[in-house]
Amino acid sequence: MNKDFTLLFNLCSFILNPRNMTTEDKIKYTEDTLDLDGKQEYTITVYAENRIGLLNRIAIIFSKRKINIESLNSSASEIDGIHRFNIVIHEGYEVVRKLARQIEKQIEVLKVYFNTNDEIIWQELALYKVSTDEIAEKVTVERLLRQYGASAVVIRKDYTVFAVTGHREETDALVKALEPYELIEFVRSARVAIIKDSAGFHEKLKEFEAEEPGEELVENEFLEKGGKIFTM
Amino acid sequence: METAQDMIQQTEAKAETSKTLFKGTGSQVLLNGLIEEGVTTIFGYPGGAIMPIYDALYDYSDKLEHILVRHEQGGIHAAQGFARTSGKVGVCFATSGPGATNLVTGLADAQIDSTPLVVITGQVFAHLLGTDAFQETDVINITTPVTKWNYQVTDANEIQEVLAKAFYIAKSGRPGPVLIDITKNAQIQIEEFPEYIKCNHIRSYRPKPKVRVEYIEQAAELINAAKKPFVLFGQGIVLGSAEQEFKAFIDKSGIPAAWTIMGEGAIPTSHPLNVGMLGMHGNYGPNVLTNEADVIIAIGMRFDDRVTGRLDKYAKQAKIVHLDIDPAEIDKNVKADVGVWGDCKETLPLLTNLVNENKHEEWLAIFRDYNQQEIDQVITPELYPEGDEITMGEVLRNINEICDGEAIIVTDVGQHQMVACRYAKFNNTRSNITSGGLGTMGFGLPAAIGAKYGAPNKTVIAIIGDGGFQMTPQELGTIMQFGADVKILILNNRFLGMVRQWQQLFNDKRYSFVNITSPDFVALAKAYYIEAQMVNQRENLRTALETMINHKGSYLLEVMVGRENNVFPMVPQGMSVSEIRLK
Repeated sequence: MNKDFTLLFNLCSFILNPRNMTTEDKIKYTEDTLDLDGKQEYTITVYAENRIGLLNRIAIIFSKRKINIESLNSSASEIDGIHRFNIVIHEGYEVVRKLARQIEKQIEVLKVYFNTNDEIIWQELALYKVSTDEIAEKVTVERLLRQYGASAVVIRKDYTVFAVTGHREETDALVKALEPYELIEFVRSARVAIIKDSAGFHEKLKEFEAEEPGEELVENEFLEKGGKIFTM
Repeated sequence: METAQDMIQQTEAKAETSKTLFKGTGSQVLLNGLIEEGVTTIFGYPGGAIMPIYDALYDYSDKLEHILVRHEQGGIHAAQGFARTSGKVGVCFATSGPGATNLVTGLADAQIDSTPLVVITGQVFAHLLGTDAFQETDVINITTPVTKWNYQVTDANEIQEVLAKAFYIAKSGRPGPVLIDITKNAQIQIEEFPEYIKCNHIRSYRPKPKVRVEYIEQAAELINAAKKPFVLFGQGIVLGSAEQEFKAFIDKSGIPAAWTIMGEGAIPTSHPLNVGMLGMHGNYGPNVLTNEADVIIAIGMRFDDRVTGRLDKYAKQAKIVHLDIDPAEIDKNVKADVGVWGDCKETLPLLTNLVNENKHEEWLAIFRDYNQQEIDQVITPELYPEGDEITMGEVLRNINEICDGEAIIVTDVGQHQMVACRYAKFNNTRSNITSGGLGTMGFGLPAAIGAKYGAPNKTVIAIIGDGGFQMTPQELGTIMQFGADVKILILNNRFLGMVRQWQQLFNDKRYSFVNITSPDFVALAKAYYIEAQMVNQRENLRTALETMINHKGSYLLEVMVGRENNVFPMVPQGMSVSEIRLK
């Protein structure tokens, strides 16, 4: 009962305020994430055909320049048959722009967008395996879990698996908090991200499927100019 | 439930398609597809995993000419040479494993120089993939970074669609090499195949955009306001078959134009607005004046580091207009004030319409001044040397006098390449064949063989250094067997000359492993039944060159040139183009 309520509460609070941040916080957050050398976290969104070997082609574009991929997620997109990659890197704007164009140049890639953290809604999922005895005995653990918005995925006699969905800092914070209580296993997924100013790919795809060349050029520059293309 | 009428209609439709069905093997349908794509010449080398294709080829010898090279690297360079002179897609066959890995250098060369190729490799049976089978190698992953596209076929039913895509991708947009790896089971698989349909659209691939006129307008505005405009052009003009459009543009605007090594010949050398070559060993004026121009119009070139020298001191004063078909090139090395994404065959006429007629006499006079300085200090001593030693430049001067710009000049890589590109005269496009971006030693001889097949009515001269020749000399065997009429000119300075020049200038003459010895090239050629002679005296040079050029069939001429001659001018690495040295 109690757990169900927690889950529901978490879901509601997530929908209402995904990051529990005010606008001022967000501005400050963006500034904080920008390093002295102009580098910051960028999330690259790639719409592509679902083809064996394409992931390698994309990965090579990063490794060729000795750039580390912080997180990479490959999934379905809003369109049947079109794949969506989310790639997170820590780089400067110029580098990311060039990377995006190199990725877009690959034959099976339809479109590439790149965004800073304030332009996207993103989540990562983390799983924590802890000893059931520990949490049953120690009230603080339950409080901790509640505080970090965790939900129980499996409860067995010997261990319990909790899940937290959120930003890196949130999932990291629980790892730290669980340290004294025998965290048996921990794993975190890649980032998945939705672009705030995107109208999705349905309309774009029609342009791509048309045989005549379209007008689109450097799409991201339109996104930057404040929704000239997308009105939402 | 289907009605009876529906069923009849379906049967009729089926009967109609079956008329065009072809029953045969994957190998046969591959060769049929090549014929549909207009392929006439294939450079290749057989082996275990590609045997079914070669077996099928046995019956196609009336339609497809196969040139058996002596090494797969030779095969792919020949295909490159063929593509570069003919403007068609070069085709090359190789087997799995070592056959395929031997192609990698050629693929990398074609990728960086945007040469359209379709390369077919055999692969082990699909059920053996991943088992470390005999001659199995992961060709797709090895070649991914050096191909525009690649694909592994494991089912014969994929062959037609993949081949059609391969040709479309190789030649459209910014061209490049495509590799298709076909497992042996797909080669022998018997199926009924439909009619071959060429590809002209892939939804995820946009070879060129719709031209956006506003960018053309912005470019024209900058050009019309410019006092010292300067055009830099590259191979994009040639690849886009836009030589006429380009000539019309500079003729109307009166803007001096300089070329990258890959763009050479897009306009005739003698064109009055041709001011010469850009980059490390380019001409004096074009390099110095890059840093004085007020508007630079870069067309189909990519600001390679050999062209720009030190980037943070490159053309900082100029507004940059960059026309390119590859959007990834715009703003890559040099930030463009106006980027015009598009096919220059479409964008140039639009731009020509909007630019004012102009002459730029004063500005051109500055180019001529610098040119005169270069003539006095560098060019005349190189072309008309006073010493006893033969210079590479005077060999080129003699070739110009004999061929008058009509020959196709294929070069290898090194000092002779720079000299050839600096001094060779070209009247026609697609006449300068060289390994530009990758700088592949060993490119010259096999590329010249392919160049001859691509332009059978032209004189093809392969100018090669003593070092580069020794990287792919086995292709003399190909010439011997198939009789490609290639004039091989070895400029022998008994050094790996370009590295030696750098060691002299920058490493205190510490000549570390550049002292290369050579076999008797004349005897080597004769061993392959190729006529040959060696010249080491100036008085014999002209006659020897004439003998070579007028000889019926292939010929090898070795010219002993000065050992320690250097190529100048030179922009030392890491220096600005305006710091170009005349000596």
